[in-house]
Amino acid sequence: MTRLDVRKTYKLYIGGAFPRSESGRTYEVVSAKGEFLANAAMGSRKDVRDAVVAARGALAKWSGATAYNRGQVLYRVAEVLEGRRAQFIEEVAASEGLTPRAAGASVDAAIDRVVWYAGWTDKIAQVLGNLNPVAGPFFNVSAPEPTGVVGVLAPQTSSLLGLVSVVAPVIAAGNTAVVVTSASRPLPAVTFSEVLATSDVPGGVVNIVTAQTAEVATWLAAHRDVNAVDLTGVAGADGVDWAALEREAAGNLKRVLRPVLSDGVPVEPDWTADPGLTRIRAFVETKTVWHPKGL
Amino acid sequence: MVTVSTTTRTAQDLTAQARDVLGVSRLTNHALTSWLHGLPGVDQVGCEARAAALGTRSVKTTSKAWAIDTAIGMIDLTTLEGSDTVGKVRSLCAKALVPDALDPRTPRPAAICVYGDMVATAKAALGDSGIHVAAVATAFPSGRASMAVKLADTRDAVEAGADEIDMVIDRGAFLSGDYLTVFNQIAEVKQACGAAHLKVIMETGELVTYDNVRRASYLSMLAGGDFIKTSTGKVQPAATLPVTLIMLEAVRDWRELTGVQVGVKPAGGIKTTKDAIKYLVMVSEVAGDDWLSPEWFRFGASSLLNDLILQRQKLTTGAYSGADYVTID
Repeated sequence: MTRLDVRKTYKLYIGGAFPRSESGRTYEVVSAKGEFLANAAMGSRKDVRDAVVAARGALAKWSGATAYNRGQVLYRVAEVLEGRRAQFIEEVAASEGLTPRAAGASVDAAIDRVVWYAGWTDKIAQVLGNLNPVAGPFFNVSAPEPTGVVGVLAPQTSSLLGLVSVVAPVIAAGNTAVVVTSASRPLPAVTFSEVLATSDVPGGVVNIVTAQTAEVATWLAAHRDVNAVDLTGVAGADGVDWAALEREAAGNLKRVLRPVLSDGVPVEPDWTADPGLTRIRAFVETKTVWHPKGL
Repeated sequence: MVTVSTTTRTAQDLTAQARDVLGVSRLTNHALTSWLHGLPGVDQVGCEARAAALGTRSVKTTSKAWAIDTAIGMIDLTTLEGSDTVGKVRSLCAKALVPDALDPRTPRPAAICVYGDMVATAKAALGDSGIHVAAVATAFPSGRASMAVKLADTRDAVEAGADEIDMVIDRGAFLSGDYLTVFNQIAEVKQACGAAHLKVIMETGELVTYDNVRRASYLSMLAGGDFIKTSTGKVQPAATLPVTLIMLEAVRDWRELTGVQVGVKPAGGIKTTKDAIKYLVMVSEVAGDDWLSPEWFRFGASSLLNDLILQRQKLTTGAYSGADYVTID
């Protein structure tokens, strides 16, 4: 007697739970070679709305956690990722059409990227903050604070390394995130949400919606309760006008991280390069306080 | 502006009318018990299923816009905390006058609901805007005080200018079967209200059974209540759809029986636009469209207004709104 496979249902990750799309829709995900891989939930604008509510609810606790604690939690994410290495290699290889060896290198880089940002959490203030010299008997201190709820359009091509590279800096700085995954390669992101759910990241800090980017991006960019958007995922996305998204984002003066441009066309960055602090700096606000120097 | 027909009724008038309705020559506890216990029992499973079924309607676009504006106009914007200050009541009144500064077309709520000592403050802040001031009285929320205190509490609020009085019934007396005491208390408070409108809070969360909710509804209407209200908001569960369904059936049947229309006010725990729309659907389906106005249906709520405004902004601007665009209450 042959055993029947127990197939995984690929669902969304909102507020620490794994709901199906409220729309009830799914879509077929195929491998780089065109073979059927799975049916993923096709998130709608209402799923994005629910995700923003969850992210807003989680913000106070996560942004109020100590930087040290956030670092510990991120390091834990890396530990659990490492434990699921084989699964991710398989999924990344299928999604991106890589050899097992190349997929392994990509997964390893993703794990290392999480560790790298985990180390940054309690160093952001030292590097981006300052004790400003002022002409008076005052301490003048500038310190970075999280921007708030960040909408992230995850890269279309790099399904795990790219995803981790855009999500980790957002949460390392103390923001909460609503992530719209790669439309055609969403499966590693769904498995990554299982990693987040089992590594002490509080529910709602990262919310992952698998969706058609063009359908939901406008709603996320226009949402008045979102404080910043990362437009990285417009590169290679069908039917997405990133300038229109930036105009929508201006409705409530969101921070916008623009996509990397090559000859005016958005392209996906080289994820293996040193990430630098660009992505952390994009999602912090500088607060400056004056304090009298006393005895 | 909400117009409310008011009639000054004495306790004697109300007792006489009750005798007529019951068909007895003397209003005794025995007569009331026979009448109230002769009401048909509530089918609990059927009632909950009907309430749940009415909650599944999908209300969209222009219907939703209408429902949101109607619901805003039905709100008794409430603050009933021990920590209430004059400043907090004034800011609540300011919110009632301008619910959404981004859109002056936003309708105003029907009334402000406060404790009796804040009535004068609210009255002064609202001026001649037409927004009513409702005061909770009769030793709200427990109702555990002597009748003299309850009447003094009521008169005090009325003299301070309250347009509406929200009284609580004596649940202890009701549950121990002393219906005549409950009747007399409501009738006397109604007399003390004078021209002010009386809402009778039954505190359904303490009445244990749906049958009791039906009996308390009839008893409150018999004793002269202009509105029947579910809860104080201080007891869980507060307003629920099945309880409101029973009350809506009661006011519908009461009008058949006596020709008098009585209003309904669910209060407590109604926080979202979705909830409010479920109630509106139920009002229309159970009691009828005659009740779909602030004269006959109210929401006792505080945070509901913000959610309605957020949904309204979503409909008018096309973008999801957020907490930065409404007041912090």
